[in-house]
Amino acid sequence: MSPFLTLLLRDTRLAARSGGGAGLALAFFALVATLVPLGVGADLALLARVAGGVLWVAAVLAALLSLDRLFQGDHDDGGLELIALSPLPLELAALAKICAHWLSTGLPLTLLSPVLALMFNLPPPATLMLFLSLLTGTPAVSAVGAIGAGLTLSLKRGGLILPLIILPLLAPVVIFGAGSVAGVLDGSGGAGALELLAAFAAGAVLLSPFAAAAGCRLNLGS
Amino acid sequence: MITSLTAERLACARGDRRLFDGLSFTVRAGQALAVEGANGAGKTSLLRMLAGFLAPAAGRVVVKDASGDITDAELRGKRVGWLGHHDGLKPQLTVREQLDFYSALHGERADAAVLDHVGLTRQAALPCRYLSAGQKRRLALARLLASNRPLWLLDEPFAALDASGQALVAQLMARHCGQGGIVIAATHEPLGLGNESLRL
Repeated sequence: MSPFLTLLLRDTRLAARSGGGAGLALAFFALVATLVPLGVGADLALLARVAGGVLWVAAVLAALLSLDRLFQGDHDDGGLELIALSPLPLELAALAKICAHWLSTGLPLTLLSPVLALMFNLPPPATLMLFLSLLTGTPAVSAVGAIGAGLTLSLKRGGLILPLIILPLLAPVVIFGAGSVAGVLDGSGGAGALELLAAFAAGAVLLSPFAAAAGCRLNLGS
Repeated sequence: MITSLTAERLACARGDRRLFDGLSFTVRAGQALAVEGANGAGKTSLLRMLAGFLAPAAGRVVVKDASGDITDAELRGKRVGWLGHHDGLKPQLTVREQLDFYSALHGERADAAVLDHVGLTRQAALPCRYLSAGQKRRLALARLLASNRPLWLLDEPFAALDASGQALVAQLMARHCGQGGIVIAATHEPLGLGNESLRL
């Protein structure tokens, strides 16, 4: 097996065994999606209108919960040094970790979203668009988050600073993601917003491993 | 296989403090070097510099192999077998999974005999969280053996080990040098290899 797949599978296995990744993110996502209809009330039209934005923000925040651990565990136990010395370039190691984070967090959130959309009275076409937009956009959340995780590696309480760094960078993801759902609801389509989201995600996944690896190198040398 | 590692006028600064300056030495294939010094003298910093994690404030490190001189830190790192303060072990993974992971990451395949060699065969299916500090160190040694790297950089290799574990480390280092490898170890204990010493 290639070193890239080896690292990806190990991180996915760790996320499944530690229970702090997917399980925590899913519980957070489900709780927020349950509380919002309770707070907004029984106005079904209003709930459907806000569903895209609320579920997208909840998904981003849920994914953030485990992002600070992306490199932290390996940094703390010395594993990052061993990864850096392996034949796998640190950029590809960062990409493997981004993929593992998405598989253990972004993908489960996406799969849960149609169930939560029921609570918002979201019509089936809009639910499908929500699902597609999360499938397209959550890799960008993991990728952009990796930049912050790499930069805040040596900081005490880096987990608190991480959202301040990456949430502004994730504004386009939320705008295009929620916009695609709103587009279906108002009849204008939403395909354009989905395409922009896909373009942003592709750019983030391609470029962020370089920035994340640079952050890791900086912290390994400190 | 590398033929030598040379440090040329290395300097290390941590914050405003100069840990060492003008440090030069050469270690050839088959040799071991013990790096000694008081706590905070810069032993770990020197090893991190040799591994390529830390950039020297001045000077350079040159590794020679059949392809010529290697001065690039990242390329040098790909020849390093590293044993640091932390063992890089995950409590959720079993001993066997841990060894297989690092071996595969280094493009190698861990032989079952490696675990036997460090005395962890019976613990192979045990999650690492149940290992003692000494057993974790033995697993890190197994990982080092399986990585099949010519240049060993060891930071306090005898730490947490009992007498038999320390004898094992000495035996592994002697074997590695005997096979033409290089060992540089930061230690307070004698390596027992008839090696050179460097005092910081």
